[in-house]
Amino acid sequence: MINITRIPLAALIGIVMTSLFLLAAIFAPWIAPYGNAQIVGDVWQPMSSQFWFGTDNLGRDLLSRMIYGARITIFIAVLATALSFTLGATLGFCAAVLGGWFDTLMSRLVDLLMAIPTLIMALVVLSVLPSTLVTLIMVMGILDSTRVYRLSRAIAVDIEVMDFVEAAKLRGEGMLWIIFREILPNALSPLISELGLRFIYAILFLSALSFLGLGVQPPDADWGGMVKENKDGIVFGIAAALIPAAAIAILGISVNLVADWILNRTTSLKGGRG
Amino acid sequence: MSSPILKLVAQRVALGIVLLLAVSVLIFAGTQILPGDVAQSILGQAATPESLANLRAELGLNDPAYIRYFHWLGGVLTGNLGTALSSGQDIASSIRPRLENTLFLAACAAIVAVPLAIILGLLAVRYRNGWVDKLISGLALASTSFPEFFIGYLLVYFFAVHWQIFPGISTVYDGMPFLARLEAIALPATALTLVCLAQMMRMTRAAILNIMQSAFVETAELKGLSAFSIIRKHALPNAVAPIINVVMLNLAYLVVGVVVIEVIFVYPGMGQYLVDHVAKRDVPVVQAVGLIFAAVYITLNIIADVASIIANPRLRHPK
Repeated sequence: MINITRIPLAALIGIVMTSLFLLAAIFAPWIAPYGNAQIVGDVWQPMSSQFWFGTDNLGRDLLSRMIYGARITIFIAVLATALSFTLGATLGFCAAVLGGWFDTLMSRLVDLLMAIPTLIMALVVLSVLPSTLVTLIMVMGILDSTRVYRLSRAIAVDIEVMDFVEAAKLRGEGMLWIIFREILPNALSPLISELGLRFIYAILFLSALSFLGLGVQPPDADWGGMVKENKDGIVFGIAAALIPAAAIAILGISVNLVADWILNRTTSLKGGRG
Repeated sequence: MSSPILKLVAQRVALGIVLLLAVSVLIFAGTQILPGDVAQSILGQAATPESLANLRAELGLNDPAYIRYFHWLGGVLTGNLGTALSSGQDIASSIRPRLENTLFLAACAAIVAVPLAIILGLLAVRYRNGWVDKLISGLALASTSFPEFFIGYLLVYFFAVHWQIFPGISTVYDGMPFLARLEAIALPATALTLVCLAQMMRMTRAAILNIMQSAFVETAELKGLSAFSIIRKHALPNAVAPIINVVMLNLAYLVVGVVVIEVIFVYPGMGQYLVDHVAKRDVPVVQAVGLIFAAVYITLNIIADVASIIANPRLRHPK
């Protein structure tokens, strides 16, 4: 059991903030004072006791939009991260265990995908694909899985030559056993600390795409999309667009603080990052 | 220059060209994954089968994909990027001024960011665990968590709206005086600098620190040399290669950061052009611009490798 007094302050702040965001995302319909698309007043009203964050470009309550936005943002980022880890780790472990042509083929393919900046490749693919949530999650997950692939392959190559894996092979265990019962438990801690970083990256990536108008489509909006909706107010001194942008930054820092702490803990136990 | 260097450099450049060709296949294939085709998306759902067939023949869509690929590649190699579907304009001539604008913006950001990052990185090593060092790790944390548009709009909100020092929208036109142009891009260049500065500082610091912990620096310390002469005479010459590497990798990152920054400041560059035409589903433009971004990115990576081969004699003799 983790002793709560031994968690450093920075990590504690990170955990509390991340949990708050998660709670807001999960319980959005119960917390939000107004509906997501409900028009409650004039356009771009200032902050007041009635509308804590003011209203947005169509007169919707910004606080409620933020809470629903947390739901969409975190939902997509979680699914994309899950996809990239499932895909990247499975293929990476397989490449390390199988070796041979499969390893060469996958590794060269990943090299090729990483030779193009992720955002550019995503824009190229999104120019022909329909703009739905499924395509968005698939594109984000697949493009990001290249990094997970490299990391998990590197870890698995190290573990694969250890004695207990050798023993399992001599016992006649199949490939699935070796991947899931021998390699995965030993590769878990470096992968978990990477999870936090990839999650932040997914949030930033999604926000960038939505900000460019190619991510979540209206009337739904994630935080990046809300920045896009309210950006025209900035030149009139209306800070509405800064609020969702700041929320992304705060969530990013919180998750980073937690990931750093996990990384430090696992590093002291394992003596290195895989 | 002795011949082994030339050979290594030639190998690296050849590898880069092969990679670029492979990337062009990937970009072309990436725009072919949809069951429908360009003709359908131009004419929309209401198109008659005859007009679809006519347009397909006109655009050469009846050929198999590999023939269209070689046709496209041949055009790209001879500088003919085709015409935009949405406007019918020649892509190559629309791209040229935009490419110049983007490179100008990126170059201005780089001129500020690179020396600043190296100096701050050096200071962080000199006063290790001091306030410069703490500032750098704080900034690095921020820069990995802040979206580009947060930095961009903060700058607009304070510098353009509140204090009204610089314009919040970067309008540039042909024949604009150089100083006016600099003023117009002050905010986007600052935003780009901030986006890549922290990462560059942190990597510079790591590269120098790595060298400071080597045996020959310890010897220099034991000889009683002052800290700055150790850095200047012993550490810096060895750190040049890794620093060049860091700078080039971050410039490559800057090329991508430019997309979002250009949209924030409505700057007429490549990024804005790309985003507009992705929204219009204008495939030829997206292919051409995507390929140019990838080419710049790969070129910067090759330069990084070549620079480290030249700066570091140890890389010239592979074991």
